[in-house]
Formats: sequence, C-alpha cells, structure tokens
Amino acid sequence: MDARTPFGQSYYPPIPTPFTKRMRTNLLWQLLRFVVINVKILRMVRKH
Amino acid sequence: MSRLVVLGAGIAGQTAALHARRKLGRDHEVVVVSPNSRWNWIPSNIWVGVGVMRPEQVTFPLQPVYEKTGITFVQAKAVSVHPEGRSGSPGPYVTVEQTEQGRAGETEMVPYDYLINATGPKLNFGATKGLGPSANSLSVCTYDHAAHASKALDEAVERMRKGEKQTLLVGTGHGNCTCQGAAFEYIFNVEFELRRRGVREKARIVWLSNEHELGDFGMGGMFIRRGGYVTHSRVFTESLFTERGIEWVTRAHVQEVAPGEVSFETLDGEERSLKFDFGMLLPPFSGVGLKAYDAAGGDITSRLFAANGFMLVDGDYAKKPYEEWSPDDWPKTYQSPAYPNVFAVGIAFAPPHAISKPMTSPKGTPIFPTPPRTGMPSGVMAREVAFNVVDMMTGKEKAPTRKASLAHMGAACIASAGASPLRGTAVSMTVFPIIPDFKAYPDTGRELRYTSGEIGLAGHWIKHLLHFGFIYKAKANPLWVAIPE
Ligand SMILES: Cc1cc2nc3c(=O)[nH]c(=O)nc-3n(C[C@H](O)[C@H](O)[C@H](O)COP(=O)(O)OP(=O)(O)OC[C@H]3O[C@@H](n4cnc5c(N)ncnc54)[C@H](O)[C@@H]3O)c2cc1C
Repeated sequence: MDARTPFGQSYYPPIPTPFTKRMRTNLLWQLLRFVVINVKILRMVRKH
Repeated sequence: MSRLVVLGAGIAGQTAALHARRKLGRDHEVVVVSPNSRWNWIPSNIWVGVGVMRPEQVTFPLQPVYEKTGITFVQAKAVSVHPEGRSGSPGPYVTVEQTEQGRAGETEMVPYDYLINATGPKLNFGATKGLGPSANSLSVCTYDHAAHASKALDEAVERMRKGEKQTLLVGTGHGNCTCQGAAFEYIFNVEFELRRRGVREKARIVWLSNEHELGDFGMGGMFIRRGGYVTHSRVFTESLFTERGIEWVTRAHVQEVAPGEVSFETLDGEERSLKFDFGMLLPPFSGVGLKAYDAAGGDITSRLFAANGFMLVDGDYAKKPYEEWSPDDWPKTYQSPAYPNVFAVGIAFAPPHAISKPMTSPKGTPIFPTPPRTGMPSGVMAREVAFNVVDMMTGKEKAPTRKASLAHMGAACIASAGASPLRGTAVSMTVFPIIPDFKAYPDTGRELRYTSGEIGLAGHWIKHLLHFGFIYKAKANPLWVAIPE
C-alpha cells in the first residue's frame, strides 16, 4: 500500500513515532502496563 | 430431587454447569448435553489458524471433568424442546440426537426441571453462496477450521517464498456478521506471521467487513481518552492498519465467494469484486435451529425462539427505530417469558436489536454488524443464571433475583496482534457498559474511566495467561472458582 499518498486511506490516520513503537515491547514499561491493565480488568470484573 | 439440564458445553454452558454443580447438593442432578466430546477455548483458535498452537493445546476432553465433578454428560445435540412434556410423559424434556461414535443418530429424551440453553451460534455459512471451508473460503471459528486455515496459510507462504505475490483477504462473509474482533485478531496475526517468516513484502493484505468504519466491532466502536483528546476507536484502529500496511474495505455485504474471487455490495449500492489467494471470512451467526413443541405436539418454536433461531428471553423485542433504543431493552435475567424454568445464556439468547446503528443499501440490503457477545459477558451471565436457577431449584427463591444485563456490565477484550513472548503484542480493550447509555454518558455513551484501549506486549502476556487460566478453570481444577469469568 502506498504510504502517505495524498487522499489515500492511509494518508490520514496517525502513525506511531519510533519511541511509541519501542515502548510497546519495552520490558520494563510493559511489566508496568501488565499490572495497570490487570487492575483495570479486575475493577471491571468487580463492577459485576 | 430436581434436574438441571444445560445444553452446550462452551464458555457459557461450562460456566453454568460447574457453578450449578458446586452450589447444588448431591440430591440434585446436573446434566450437560453437547455434541462435541472436547471443550474448546475458542479465542486461541486464532493461534491455531496461524500455526503457533495445535488443536490439542486449545481443547481437552470433557468426560473426565464431568466424572470428577459429578455432572452427567450426554454427548448429543439437542434437536427440540418440549417444555410442557407430552401427554403421558412425566414433565418437560429435550429430544437429543446422539453424536458419540457407535451411537450416532440415535434419539433420546432427556427430562429436565430446569433448562439452560447455552448452545452458542450456528455458523451460518449457507447465508452466502460459496462461503466457508467446505466451499471457497476459510474460517477460524472451530479448531478444525483453524487448523485447515493454518495449512492454507503455509501453502500461501510457500508460494511467496517462490516469489509469487499473494493477496490475503480477511474479514466478514456477510452483511450481518458479528465477531469482527476475531477477524481483526486473525488479520493482525497473519500479518505478524508473514513478517516473522520473511515474506511480508510479497503479500497484499486486505480487510473486508460489514462495519460502517474500522473499529466499530459491532458495538458502534468506543470513545477513549488519548493524548489529551477523547477519540473514537476508528482513529486508533485505522492507525494500526496503516502502520501494518493493511488495506481496508468497510460497509460491505459479501454476495458470493467464488474460487479466488469475492463479490460484494457496499452500502452506497456499488457492486465490486476482489481476487484473492487466501481468504478467511467469518460466517454470520444464527441460533442452532432448536424446535419447540407443546404437550399436544403442536409447533411452538416461535414462542420460544426468534426468527433467527436465538432464544427469546426477558428483553424488549418490540421493533423500534434506533433513536428509541434504550439500555433497558436488554435482558436482565435471561428467563424465557413463556416458560419460567427455561433460560438462555451466551450467544444463544436473542438480542433485542443491534448495538451499531442499522444501515441499508439503496438496494435494501442490510449492511451492519449484529451485536457481539464475547466470552466475558457470556461467562458472567451464565454464572448469574446458574445462581438464580440453584436458588429456584432449592426453593430459596420463586423467581430470579440476580441480574446480568449487558447494559450494566463491562467487558474486557484482549485482541492478539501477534504471538511471541518478547515481540508479540495485543490490543487490551475495556468497555463499560457494553450497551452504550447516552442518557447516563451523553457524549460518549460509556464511562471513560472504564473504557480504554492500548496495544503492547503486556496485552499478549495477558492473552496467554487467559488461555491457560480459562482452560484451567473449565477443567474445574483446584480453586477454579477464584478465577473470575
Ligand atoms: C475465532 C474466535 C475468536 C474469539 N475470540 C474471543 C476473544 O478473544 N475474547 C472473547 O471474549 N471472545 C472471543 N470470541 C467469542 C467467544 O468465543 C464467544 O463469546 C463464546 O464462545 C460464547 O460462548 P457460548 O457458550 O455462548 O458459545 P460457544 O462457546 O460457541 O458454545 C456453544 C456450545 O454449544 C454446543 N452446541 C451446539 N449446538 C448444540 C445443540 N444442538 N445441542 C447441544 N449443544 C450444542 C457447542 O458444541 C458448544 O459446546 C471469539 C470467537 C471466535 C469465533
């Protein structure tokens, strides 16, 4: 697919910066996110 | 002594049967009727479909679990419900057709005092000409289908290794499909695998779906807080597709799948076609086609079931325009209004209407997703219904007291975007409530504190944990009750 071809469907969406991409698999950050997401899910479960 | 019969041993049926068995004394009987001898953790079929798991890793045999817990297992498929019994018979019963080897096709009457219908969906490939693994497209809805899809993917990869360009098409095979989340996971896992196998540049990957926009997922999408804005899931999803170089076609109703070519109509009335080398298109769902008869043998199917085959429960099924839909339309106790000892949970109950706004093409073709019913709500409603049935069976209550409306329930969904312990990712989504409530939350329909989405390796770890956790729970291993639905 043409990246960033004017008026094409891939022209408009935001794309992640290299830093954002790195953080997605950064072990320390993801360990923290693991805890945060689990807490979020458990809070949701407790709501019922 | 009374007898609870649970039809179906999927996520909802297994949850209901295990909780009911745990709560009921041995003077009561719990019977499970299900055609398949194995339990399947369906969410991991995605990984079977790309070859990172084998069918044995996502299934286990049911009989040992039922022996251990004291549940009677009838390996059969229910064909009809007789809620009034038959003149001369002692009470209500279900007619079942054996599926066990050696007894296949034999019919039997299974009497019940209480009935929980958790038969899930019929995979309605027949709704679209040429759709499905026995015709011209692949599926990942069952572990067999997924194993077949994995083989086809290997063959496509082989062709790419030889230098051929391939078009891989993934999405929904009909204008009224649901479960877009599963197709979303599959396309991202396919893309991840192609990169891992070093052939990504040889592949054109296309998403084809009945959603109005990407990120709808059959629930009108969701709004989340992101970078100082409240953003629709469309933005997030388009970004994920663009980043991976995946093209998308939305608002599409597939009319026919021919070998290597799909024809579809779009919401603006255009008729188009697309050639493909590998095509995984989900089927629309309907009820499994149970019939119902009164004591005199008269057909009362329409009293128990909606036209789409799903069971009518305590929802508001009056036809009304989108503007008049209310969270209150959604069922709370899943009790049949016609027979108070009959319930339906999981995918088997009839939703009162869609969640995404219904849309119709100029030719009158409905093109919009039907409501998704994912694992977590299926489990929660099954547990609450089991508790209500136990209370009624033991004489503690005369009517259901616990409620589990999707309008007051949240859901968490972890959508895999690639399986690898250090490089994999998954989108972790939470929504509350599942049914948007624009009165309580005027701008977004949902509570922003509990509605979120992010992608990362942590999501993949959670998805893996859920795989092992839910298989452990469904096996009723020690402390299974501590694992939430
Ligand atoms: C590929 C895929 C991926 C998914 N991924 C996710 C995910 O990541 N997260 C999530 O939350 N949800 C996911 N889902 C949705 C999830 O699988 C469903 O919400 C869930 O399985 C619904 O549970 P159920 O018990 O209602 O139906 P099912 O799990 O389908 O169970 C139905 C049961 O009824 C049995 N049955 C069928 N006909 C009869 C009959 N006539 N008589 C008796 N028994 C019968 C079946 O054999 C089966 O045992 C996914 C779905 C698919 C298809």
